[in-house]
Parts: sequence; structure tokens; C-alpha cells
Amino acid sequence: MTDRSHHTGMTRRGLLKGATALGAAGLILPASYRKAQAAPNKGGTFRIGLGHGNSTDGYDPGLWDNLYAQVFAAARHNQLIEVDADGQLIPEIAESWESPDGQTWIFRIRQGVTFHSGKNLTVEDVIASLNHHRGEDATSAIKQFFDPVQDIRADGQNVVVTLDAPNGDFAYLMSDYHLAIMPSADGRIDPSSTDGCGPYIVESYEPGVQASLNRNPDYWKSDRAHFDRVEILAILDSAARLNALMTGQVELIDQIDPATIGMLEARGVANILSIPGNAHYVFPMDARAAPFSDNNVRLALKYAIDRQQMVDTILGGHGAVSNDNPIGPANRYFYADMEPKSFDPDRARFYLREAGMDSLTVDLHVADAAFSGAVDAGALFAETAAQAGININLIREPNDGYWDNVWMQKPFVASYWGGRAVEDHMFTTGYAAGATWNDSFWSHDRFNELLVQARSEVDEDLRREMYQEMQRIVSFEGSVIIPMNNNFVMATATNVATPEQISANWNLDGFRCVERWWFA
Amino acid sequence: MHAVVVMILQRLALGVLTLFVVSLVIFGATELLPGDLASSLLGQSATPETVAALRRQMGLDLPAPVRYWDWLTGVLQGDFGVSLATRRPIADMLSARLGNTVFLALYAAAIAVPLSLILGVLAALWRNSIFDRVANAGALSAISFPEFFVAYILIFLLAQSGYFPSMTRLSPAMSLGDKLYVTFLPALTLTLVVTAHMMRMTRAAIINLMASPYIEMARLKGLSPLRIVLRHALPNALAPIINVIALNLAYLITGVVVVEVVFVYPGLGQLMVDSVSKRDIAVVQAIALIFASAYVLLNLTADVLSTLTNPRLMRRK
Repeated sequence: MTDRSHHTGMTRRGLLKGATALGAAGLILPASYRKAQAAPNKGGTFRIGLGHGNSTDGYDPGLWDNLYAQVFAAARHNQLIEVDADGQLIPEIAESWESPDGQTWIFRIRQGVTFHSGKNLTVEDVIASLNHHRGEDATSAIKQFFDPVQDIRADGQNVVVTLDAPNGDFAYLMSDYHLAIMPSADGRIDPSSTDGCGPYIVESYEPGVQASLNRNPDYWKSDRAHFDRVEILAILDSAARLNALMTGQVELIDQIDPATIGMLEARGVANILSIPGNAHYVFPMDARAAPFSDNNVRLALKYAIDRQQMVDTILGGHGAVSNDNPIGPANRYFYADMEPKSFDPDRARFYLREAGMDSLTVDLHVADAAFSGAVDAGALFAETAAQAGININLIREPNDGYWDNVWMQKPFVASYWGGRAVEDHMFTTGYAAGATWNDSFWSHDRFNELLVQARSEVDEDLRREMYQEMQRIVSFEGSVIIPMNNNFVMATATNVATPEQISANWNLDGFRCVERWWFA
Repeated sequence: MHAVVVMILQRLALGVLTLFVVSLVIFGATELLPGDLASSLLGQSATPETVAALRRQMGLDLPAPVRYWDWLTGVLQGDFGVSLATRRPIADMLSARLGNTVFLALYAAAIAVPLSLILGVLAALWRNSIFDRVANAGALSAISFPEFFVAYILIFLLAQSGYFPSMTRLSPAMSLGDKLYVTFLPALTLTLVVTAHMMRMTRAAIINLMASPYIEMARLKGLSPLRIVLRHALPNALAPIINVIALNLAYLITGVVVVEVVFVYPGLGQLMVDSVSKRDIAVVQAIALIFASAYVLLNLTADVLSTLTNPRLMRRK
């Protein structure tokens, strides 16, 4: 699918200094995209139709949870640090950053930036924006990432963050989409305000329907934000989204049903962008509960799944086989050469016998809320597992309330991850012992030891070795089946031009399509 | 006229009681649903701590009867409160959506009611003719297809060829003509869905009367068939027709969420679905009250109108 090399272009020192060495990776894009590399044109109204967006969406950055909220936020806000198309950290509101020991982090705040309201951006605004996600009363979804933060204080033009232990990747946290920099009063931001220092100014917003924004004439980045106006529409029905694109009512849509991609291409009215990233679909097993407490059972299940078939049928080919590895090809320390697990019923039977069983019957709880196609994926899994003497009872759960009543409640379920740009984030969030989202309740001593060591390891090669060993442990001893990495699939009108490389960090060019793309 | 006024007042009092019961049932039902707003807002990323903090902020940690009482006293003072999820006043959120829903319902009704009355009368007049059969078959097939299928067919025929937009984008600045144009496809879909019911009731009610002795008398007097139907049969058939129309109008206001989704129409239905799935009870309650009021008021109107069309009921003591 790609000619990407993995992202080895970054050294630890370069990261600490906020250097912007460009990696050499490139994605294969339709030919028209390659041609459209002249200087970006200005102007036009860019209309985006997204399969997300609820009447209950709000302005509070701690609660942004869907693609609509994320793109809308990227259109009006900036963060301290941006992840560029190559996955490198580049300065945004933080002009530069450094850390002498990995424990104290100093972010130098850019001067002369104004909010849409005209207010000057100050160090206090940055501190208030960060503190919104921190502390006893914080309701933010990323509150736990601030647990190691002991103190955030101003020092002239700098913001100084002190951690309770060294963490070489802390700067990456500042690129999280929740951390929008907003104006403050009395040390607090107003979470119901639209005011930001980003590329577009909100004209109107009706949650779950549409948002209209106009270009910020005082935007500090001169080479970004090419459209005059951006309109973001919530179009939940996938056929309605396709129709809107085909009849010229929008210029970009997301979440395209794999079955319709061929038809859309044949019509010649749209370009399909399929961007491989770190996002992946998973089947976590509760490692505390029999039979999953036996690693042989887990391995049997891992060999009883036909990964390639899943990629072909569930993703329509727009994805890649994963080797039970939550670290993806867009990560720095991705372990590409790990011994692959093919569909092997004999081997699955072997591990069953090792576990002292002739056959195995387990319940798998699925709903399409976990990921689109989860029910079909479960059925496919049951089909292949049957050939290895494993009987999977597929239990279809309602979408409504899936995350409350099924995920992390039942022992064997379906789920998804958006992927993380940093290995430590991914592991700390989903695989460290006792982590809140460790949805397999898995605990591995060697893994947990390595996780802490690698965080503060300065030797690049040693660090790579550690992360690769961790990937191996998760893959062969972990309690999560990860059959596939799903691509970000989107379609644009033929007059939309993009940079040659599109970010694999998140969907829609890392949510930044609004400020990075233009009309050809 | 006195009897009618008394009836209206009685029915309004009963209506208020109905609304109260509805609000109680809806509140109880949303309480029974698993999870609450705090956990659904945080979704997969909910941790026990953040959920607890969010619950405290939103007052969801209070017992259910206390929350219901707070809501009820607010509503009695005309204050629907703020949406728990967005902190916006519910009255503001609803007014635009309600306006859109009513607009679409009236638009569809303005096409569907005259159409079905005319078709019904003509079908009764030319009973068992080719026209009657074609009108019946057409209306019945339109109602038999699921709404979304009718909608997709219309999009395929009329939107992909560029005559009408497939997606409804409304803005306050639009002229009435533009609004009628962009909402034409959803209105047409709804028309196709509701016409059959009203048309067949009109036809059946008239045909039923055509066997009465007084119609035979009119026919023997030598009146033209059209005049018999319009002047003699239709006035007596109005009561059941009015009831069916009221029922269909209520449906147009409350039951069109599928059409809203297909045409991306910002109406109350989608708001209700979103609010239920996010457990935003205050919004669900407010919409449920609106829907229940629509049923109560339309049924009341239907009853009053059918009473007015029947002099015997008017003089009853």
C-alpha cells in the first residue's frame, strides 16, 4: 500500500529541541494529488460532511470525543505543539521547548498571538488551558495523563511543567487534541466559549447540524488556512453523505462504506484517500478470568483468526494485517520484523492441548458500536475458529450503552483504538497494570518494568530494543487480539488539493484538513 | 356553542393530566436505561473519577425523585432548564428545531391533505374503475415501502440528476421560496407515506354513505354524481376523515426521524434520538412534552371539528 519507511528520522535530542527534520515517508496518493503541488490557492468555501456530530456536543475541550468535535476544534483552536504530516512535533503556540532532565519541561510561549476576541495570548492563558484538565474537579477525558504533573507555573515568557518522574515523551502530550489554548480570566478558561487563536472564527454553530466559520484575518501562520470559509456538517447517514458529495453539496466526507468505494471511483466525481495509520480494531480478553487466564488459550485464539480475510472483507482492503500489536507502522519504534501469526488451525489445536483442552467454547460479545463491521468480524472469527475446534458463541449486544455494560464488563468483547503517536502513551493507556483502560485486565511483570525504564532511557538504541521487546510480549503473551489496522478512508471532490503527505496521526490529516488543504 | 366550550375545557384539563403522566413515564423509562449522561458523554474514555466529578457538576448524583421534582417545578414556571450536555437553554435549542419540524409537517400536509381528499372523492365517484384501481394500488405501494426506501428512490430520480438537493440545509436568512425548494424532497417523501391512509378513509367513508336511502333519494331526484358526493355524502363523511387527517398530522410531527436522517433535516426527531442515546433527560422530557401536546391538541381539534360537522351532536343535552 505504501512506500513509507518507518519514522526513524527523529532523534531524541531533535525531539527535545522541537526540531522539524522531515522524515522521508510518502504515501501513495491518486495521481491528481501529486500534480496539485503548486503554491496553494486561496479562497473558496470548504464544506465537510462528517458521519459524526450530536446535538449534545459542546464547547468544553475536556469532553470532545468524536470526529466532528475534533475537526471543529482544529478549525478554531491551536495547541502548544502540532504533529506534522510526518508524525514529527513542530512548534505551534509553544515557540520551542526543552527539558534538561525529562522531569522539568520548559515551553517558550509565542508572543504576538491574539485570540479571535482580540485579546493577547499570555502565559496565564496557557496555564489555565492546561489546568482545565487537571485536579480534583476536572472532568476531562485526559485527566489521567496529568496525574504525573506536580506543578505548572509561569516563568517570564515560559511555562514550566514539573513531573514526578522523567518522561522523554511528555512533549507529545501537548499535541493532544483536547489541549486547546483558550483565553482565561482569573486563572480559568470558559469552557462554553468559542474563542480561540486558531485559523477560523466561528460564525454560527448548531450542535449536531452544522458549524460555519470564516477565516481569521489575523491568523499568525501565513502559510496555512487557505479557505475563506469552512462549513462542517453532521451527516450521520452514510448514503446521505455519499449523495451530498456526488451532488456537489460538500467537498469532503469521512467514513465511507468499503462496499461503495468502487462505485464512487467509477463515477469519477471524487478522489478516495486511504491513509494507513495506527488505528486498530481489537478483541480484548479478560486475563483474570478462566479460560483466558491461560496464555495457551489466548494463543490458540490468536492462531484461530484469519487476519488477511478480515482485512479483505471487513475493511474492503483498506487496512493492514496486525500482529496483535497496538503499536502501528506510523510509530517510531514499530517492530515490523516480528514473527507473523498466520491463520493456523493446527497450531491453535496444539495450544489448546497445551492448555489441557480438547475443545473450547467461549462467548464473544459484539456490537457495531465497537467498530463498524464488528458483528461481521465476530461472525468471521467464529467461522475460522470452528476449524480449530474452538466454538465461539457470538452474542450480539445493543449499540446503546455498549461502553457501559459490555466493554470491560464481559470477558471477551470487541473494541477499537485510535492509536497513539507515542509508544509510551499507547502502552500506559491500555496495557500497563491497573491502567484505567487496560481493557484486558492484563498484568505482566517484565512488561511493566520495561515500561517505566524505557520512559526515561536516553540511549536511542536501548530504547528501541525495550519498546520492541514490549511489543513482542504484548503480541505473544498479551490478552488482546488485534487482527487489523484500519486505514483512515475519506473522499474529496476532485477540486480539493492536499499536500503530498497526509498525516496518519489522526483522521482527516490529523483533523487539520481545514488549515492544510486548499482548492486546486 | 356552550357545549363545545365546555368540551374544549374538559379536554384541555385531561390533556394536561396526560402530559403529566407522559413526563412521569418518560422520566422513569430514561432512568431504567443503562448508564447516564456523564458516562455516555465520556464514552470509552470514562474513568470512575471523571464520571463522578461530572455527575457532581450536573447534579446527577441526586436521587431520581428530587431531580424529577426540580424539573417539574421549573417547567410549571415556564423554565425548561438547560441541556445537561451543552449547557444551552433548552427553549433556545428547541425553538429552531420545532420550527423546522412544524414547517416540514405543514408543507407535507399542504400537499397530502388536498391530494388525498381529491383522490379519495374521485375514487369513490368512479368506484372500481381503472382510475380507482390505479390510485389505490399507487397509494398502497407508496405506503408499503419503508420510508427510507421511498426517500432513496426520490434521491436517485430527482437529486442525483440535479433537480433538487439531496440534503436539506436551512438557514434563517432563506426566503420562503428557497425553503420550499430545498425541503421539497422530504415533503414529497412524507406525502407519499401519509396519502394512502387518508385517501382510503375518504373513499371508504363516502362509499359507505352511498348506499344510504337519502343518497338514493338524491340520485332519484336526478342530481349529478359529483354533486351528490360533494354536497350530500362528503359533509356526513367528514368526521372519520378529519380524525384520520389529525392522526396523520400528528405522525408528521412526531414520527419522521427516518426521513430527517436521510435528508439531513434538522428537526426534533434527530434531536430526540441524540438526547436519548446521550441520556440528556431534560431535553428528552421537553421533546416528549411537545410530541404529546401535538397529539393532544390535534385530537382535540379533530373532535371539535367533527362535533361541529354534526348538528345532532351540537344539540345534545
